Amino acid sequence: MTQVTPTFIPQDAGKAKSRKETARKARWTVVDVVIVAYALIPVLWTLSLSFKTAEAQTDKSFFPSEWTFQNYKDIFTTNEFIRALINSIGIAIIATVIAVVLGTMAAYAIARLDFPGKQLLVGVSLLIAMFPQVSLVSPLFEMERQLGLFDTWPGLILPYITFALPLAIYTLSAFFREIPWELEKAAKMDGATPAQAFRRVIAPLAAPGVFTTAILVFIFCWNDFLFAISLTSTEASRTVPAALSFFTGASQFEAPTGTISAAAVVITIPIIIFVLFFQRRIVAGLTSGAVKG
Amino acid sequence: MSQTAEAPVTAAPPPKKGKPALSEGKKAERRLGLLLCAPAAVVMIAVTGWPIIYSVWLSLQRYDLRFPDQREFVGFSNYVAVLSDGYWWTAFGVTALITVISVVIELVLGMLLALAMHRTLVGRGLVRTVSLIPYGIVTVVAAFSWFYAWNADTGYLADLFGADAPLTDRVASLAIIILAEVWKTTPFMALLLMAGLALVPDDLLKAASMDGATAWQRFTKVMLPVMKPAILVALLFRTLDAFRIFDNIFVLTKGANDTSSVSMQTYNNLIKGLNLGIGSTMSVLIFIAVAIIAFIFVKLFGASAPGNDPGGKR
Repeated sequence: MTQVTPTFIPQDAGKAKSRKETARKARWTVVDVVIVAYALIPVLWTLSLSFKTAEAQTDKSFFPSEWTFQNYKDIFTTNEFIRALINSIGIAIIATVIAVVLGTMAAYAIARLDFPGKQLLVGVSLLIAMFPQVSLVSPLFEMERQLGLFDTWPGLILPYITFALPLAIYTLSAFFREIPWELEKAAKMDGATPAQAFRRVIAPLAAPGVFTTAILVFIFCWNDFLFAISLTSTEASRTVPAALSFFTGASQFEAPTGTISAAAVVITIPIIIFVLFFQRRIVAGLTSGAVKG
Repeated sequence: MSQTAEAPVTAAPPPKKGKPALSEGKKAERRLGLLLCAPAAVVMIAVTGWPIIYSVWLSLQRYDLRFPDQREFVGFSNYVAVLSDGYWWTAFGVTALITVISVVIELVLGMLLALAMHRTLVGRGLVRTVSLIPYGIVTVVAAFSWFYAWNADTGYLADLFGADAPLTDRVASLAIIILAEVWKTTPFMALLLMAGLALVPDDLLKAASMDGATAWQRFTKVMLPVMKPAILVALLFRTLDAFRIFDNIFVLTKGANDTSSVSMQTYNNLIKGLNLGIGSTMSVLIFIAVAIIAFIFVKLFGASAPGNDPGGKR
């Protein structure tokens, strides 16, 4: 049936087929619209709240009747939010870089080398991926207080690296297994030095995987709330997700709805950028690790 | 006879010929492998292994930061205190309820979303892109969106069911918490399931279709068996993840009206109550609960457990 080439289909059949095709496309379009609405409505709602005036916050309407940038002005004139944003960005970037570097080393070893304890390492990282983070909050709270790490950047970076590492190792080793390593040998045969072979052949092949992993790890660190709220106590290291719940209104009698929403929109921007530009990579990264484990 | 004669012959060459030559390269490979893994392993163990042991130690002490002088070793009495406490069991029940209901809904919705992302004829990129938004968005941000949506003062959804204030009612609060959880994590579930869907051979589906299998039969008889490992992985990850629910509850209800999860209880005892002994006891109990869940899943997995053949796939 499917073998019949289109040219041999009589006019009517062709029309019927295209009509059927159109109907199917229409059905899928409806499905797509539902999915898009599902994903976007909560985001649009926050966006809407962030542009509402203080008086309109309680009008319960989905769209602002009057648009204002006041909420954004407010958060960017307070030290509270700017400090938290700097903490969020700094902590997430440092943790991501370290986790990706350590993860790359370990994943390379897992994907290419044979050594004792490999299974153990894979098992341990799987365990940590499933580890209930809250179980660490009590001991880390006490340990960090004693070590002077409580309420500092390293105090958050360390647990972030730890919980990001399994993710990094899994994703990267899945990517590394796909790399045609023979090319390295081939390059060397053609007279390239090991450094050249690495720089010209392997690095470009490995870069997309490393980059994807970095995005996933960054999202993880950017997202964390439990450690951020338990292991910090001042704006010295409080990240935005934790700081949001400490926001106060412009005046004592005003709910901080608008400013919280504006801050929420600001920290959603990087996520939207990642998703828009690297959708394919993120999907590949999340699924490769899961299936090949 | 022939066996005894053959055995040494087949076994002998590798040690004789291979071993001296191999050992140098092999040794170097082993050393490099261990060296490359060491930093990651050290960090992971230092930040999880040691604290968990320390947490067990703390859980055996009376240790309240408001009364540090009264710190003393009390054996298992913290465990007795927690396990005979109604609040703990309420929180445990709430956590279990949220976990089971949200994971079941996520599995169904996630499967539908996965099928849509896998098979849609129009806008596949668009669907995948927007699906990633709930996955990527900061949980607290999404939670605030739901909070303001259902909040009696601000919400466009608040009057939906005629109730005065959904977030002050226990059942409504739990439903909203589950909604927030499902919204956020269904796409992740769908992506894991989609990876499983990609493994279903198209030929097999076509053949089944030729043989007159209905769409439902194709789904249950052809797709599900092939996808079973992916489904189990997705279920395991999501169950354990749902069990540690914290962010959504913290923002939506702060645990009011008995909507607290075990993570919330631990946080409240530790950070608000500054009771390290009780907090650590809860930490250990949650750890044990998660270990039991993981164990049950691994038993269910059998051979398809992740990590079972990590080295084999090159």
